[in-house]
Amino acid sequence: MQSQATTTNRQAVTVPADLEAEMDEMISHYPVSKRSASLPLLHLWQNHFGYIDDGGVEWIARKLELQPINILELVTFYPWFRQQAAGKTVIRVCRTLSCAMAGSEDLKNSFCKALKIPTDHAGNGDHGAPEEVSPDGEYSVEFVECLASCGSAPVCLINDDLHENVSETAIPEILSQYKK
Amino acid sequence: MISLTRPPHPKERRVIFENIFKPGYAPDIDTYISHGGYEQARKAFTMTPEEIINIVKASNLRGRGGAAFPTGVKWSFIKREDGKPHYIVVNGDESEPGTFKDRYILHNDPHQLIEGLIISAFAVNVQLAYIYIRCEFPKAAKIMTQAIKEAKERGFLGKNIFGSGFDLDIYVHQGAGAYICGEETSLLESLEGKRPYPRIKPPYFPAVLGLYMSPTVVNNVETICHVKHILRLGAEEYAKMGSPGDGGTRTLCVSGDVMNPGFYELPAGAVTLKELIYDICGGLKPGRKLKAVIPGGSSAKVMRAEEVYKVKTKAEDGTMVEKELAMLDVVMDANSLAAVGTMIGSGGVIVMDDTRSMVWTLNNLNLFYAHESCGQCTPCREGSLWMAKMTTRMLHGGGVATDPDTLKNVADNIAGRTVCAFGEACAWPTQSFVIKFRDEFAQTAQNGPSAPAKV
Ligand SMILES: Cc1cc2nc3c(=O)[nH]c(=O)nc-3n(C[C@H](O)[C@H](O)[C@H](O)COP(=O)(O)O)c2cc1C
Ligand code: SF4
Ligand code: FES
Repeated sequence: MQSQATTTNRQAVTVPADLEAEMDEMISHYPVSKRSASLPLLHLWQNHFGYIDDGGVEWIARKLELQPINILELVTFYPWFRQQAAGKTVIRVCRTLSCAMAGSEDLKNSFCKALKIPTDHAGNGDHGAPEEVSPDGEYSVEFVECLASCGSAPVCLINDDLHENVSETAIPEILSQYKK
Repeated sequence: MISLTRPPHPKERRVIFENIFKPGYAPDIDTYISHGGYEQARKAFTMTPEEIINIVKASNLRGRGGAAFPTGVKWSFIKREDGKPHYIVVNGDESEPGTFKDRYILHNDPHQLIEGLIISAFAVNVQLAYIYIRCEFPKAAKIMTQAIKEAKERGFLGKNIFGSGFDLDIYVHQGAGAYICGEETSLLESLEGKRPYPRIKPPYFPAVLGLYMSPTVVNNVETICHVKHILRLGAEEYAKMGSPGDGGTRTLCVSGDVMNPGFYELPAGAVTLKELIYDICGGLKPGRKLKAVIPGGSSAKVMRAEEVYKVKTKAEDGTMVEKELAMLDVVMDANSLAAVGTMIGSGGVIVMDDTRSMVWTLNNLNLFYAHESCGQCTPCREGSLWMAKMTTRMLHGGGVATDPDTLKNVADNIAGRTVCAFGEACAWPTQSFVIKFRDEFAQTAQNGPSAPAKV
C-alpha cells in the first residue's frame, strides 16, 4: 500500500478520438460489468498522459458511470499507477531476494548515479513512490518487487523491456538504447 | 520472445516446456499447429465434460499456483447445469518471489494456454474466461491478445468452436503491480474493477461466489496447460510420471547461490533436494557451503542445511514408523515437503550459501510483505510492517536481546487471524528463520550485523 497526495497537478487534457476508441474496445471485453474496465482504462490513461491526475480520475469515472472515489482508490492502491510525472524512460530495478543477493541495490544506485539522480533517499524500503526523476526529466529509477525472473538475477524492467543478468558495467550500453 | 537456449538436463522431462526451447519455435498459431497444437481441444469435444473432469481427477493433477489443490476436485465443485453463468480466470499474476515459469509460457507458448483453457472451459461449462496477467509482463499481454485473435480467426474461439455448438470468449486483463492480486479472491475483486481486498472464505469461495458472484474456477497458468497433456497422455500415464498423489511434471525454478540457476521441468518427486542442487543446478559456487533453502516460493518455510527431520512412513507390514531424514534427502514433491513442515508452493527454490546473513535475508522478505500487505486486516498490516522494522533495525545495529522472541511473537499473532493466506505467507518466513537460525538472530540482536555478504 502506498500513501499519496490527495490532489494532483491537473493537466489540461483532451482525450483524442483514437484513445477513446481504444477505451471503448476495452469496455467491450467486460460484457457483465463496465466497472471491470477501470484498470484497463487507467493503464491506457497513464500510457498516454504519463500519469493520472484528478482530471483523469474524474474523466474515467464519468466514462464508466462511477464515482471518482471508485477510480481514485485504485490509483492510490496499485503501485503501478502514479499521480505525478515520471521520466519518459522508467527504470524499474527488482529489489526482492534473489536479485538483492545478486547485488540489485548497488545496481539501482549505479543507475541513479549514471543519471544524476540523488541516491540519499535510497533506503532499503523506499521503493514504489515517490519516483525519483533525473534533472532533465528524461529518466526515473525505482525499486519494484520480484519481476518473476529470479533465475537471471539481477533484472530490471525498462519501459516494456526486461533486462536480465544486468551488470553495473553494462549500464552505459543499456542506457544508450533509450537515448532521448 | 525471450530467448531460451539451454538444452534439457537428462533428468528433465519436458511436457509443458517441450517446444518452447526448440530453435525456431515461435508464439504464432501456425507454429503451434505444426507441433500438434489444438488436437487435444478438438478431441475434448468428442468426450463428455464429466469424462474430462474424471480424467483430470484421475491424473492427480494438483494446482501449480501455490496451494497444490487437486484440480479435478476443484472443478467438480462447479455444478455444470445450475443455470448460472460460470467463469474461469487464469492466474497469470506470477509474483511469488522465486517463481518464474508462467512468464515463459505466456511469452513463448500462448497457444498452449489457450488450448488448455478451451478444454477446461468445456469441462466446467464456461462461455467467458479471463487471463489475468501482471502488468510487469507488458509484452506477454500483447502476445496473448494476438494469440487469442489468431485462435478466433481459425474458429477455435468465439461462437460454435470446432463446430461443436460450444461458445467461448477469452480476454486478457492486466494487473497493476500488486502482489496480493495473485490471491484468488483479490484477483477477482481486481477483475471487477474494485480495490483488490481479498474476500473472506467462507462464504466467498470462488467456486460458489466468484467473479460477479457466480461460480468461478481460478487456476494457475501452468495448471491449465497441464490439462492438455493429460488428455494427450491419458490420466494413467500422466499420473505415473509423478509421485503418488502429485501427478505429472513440476517446474522447479531455482535461483540464488547455485552455479546454474534456471527452471527445470521434472517429474514430480523425481529428485531430492541434493540432486536438484548438486546434479541439476551444478552445485554451489566454489568454496561455499550450503546454508539454507526456501523450497516453494518466498512464503514457504525455510529449510536449514544440517537439519534432520523426523517423518512418519509406512513400514512394509503397514505400521507407521518414524524415520530420520536429512534435509538434502527430502524429495521435491507436494507431500514430501509438507511432511517436513514446509511446502512445494509455487516451485520457487531459493538457495543460500554460507556467505548469507539470515537476518539480512529475512529482512529482504519482510520488506516485501510489508509493502504488499493490502492493509485490510490489522494483524497483517501492522504485523508485517513491525517485523520489517525490527529486522531493519537489527541490521543497523539497533537490536535488543528480546528481538528474536518479539519477532516470533508478532508472527505467531498474524497467522490464522486474517482474511487471506497472505497472513500465513508473511508469518512463515519470520517464524521459520527465527526458530531455525536462533543463534544468528540472537547474535545479530546483541552484537549488530556481521558484515553483510556481497557476491
Ligand atoms: C498472497 C498470495 C499470493 C498468491 N499469488 C499467486 C500467484 O502469483 N499466482 C498463482 O497462480 N497463484 C497465486 N496464489 C494462489 C491462488 O490464490 C490460487 O490458489 C491459485 O491461483 C489457484 O490455482 P491452482 O489451483 O491452479 O494452483 C497466491 C495466494 C496467496 C495467498
Ligand atoms: S491477510 Fe493481509 S493481505 Fe490478506 S486480506 Fe488481510 S491485510 Fe490483506
Ligand atoms: S527476485 Fe528479482 S526477479 Fe524475482
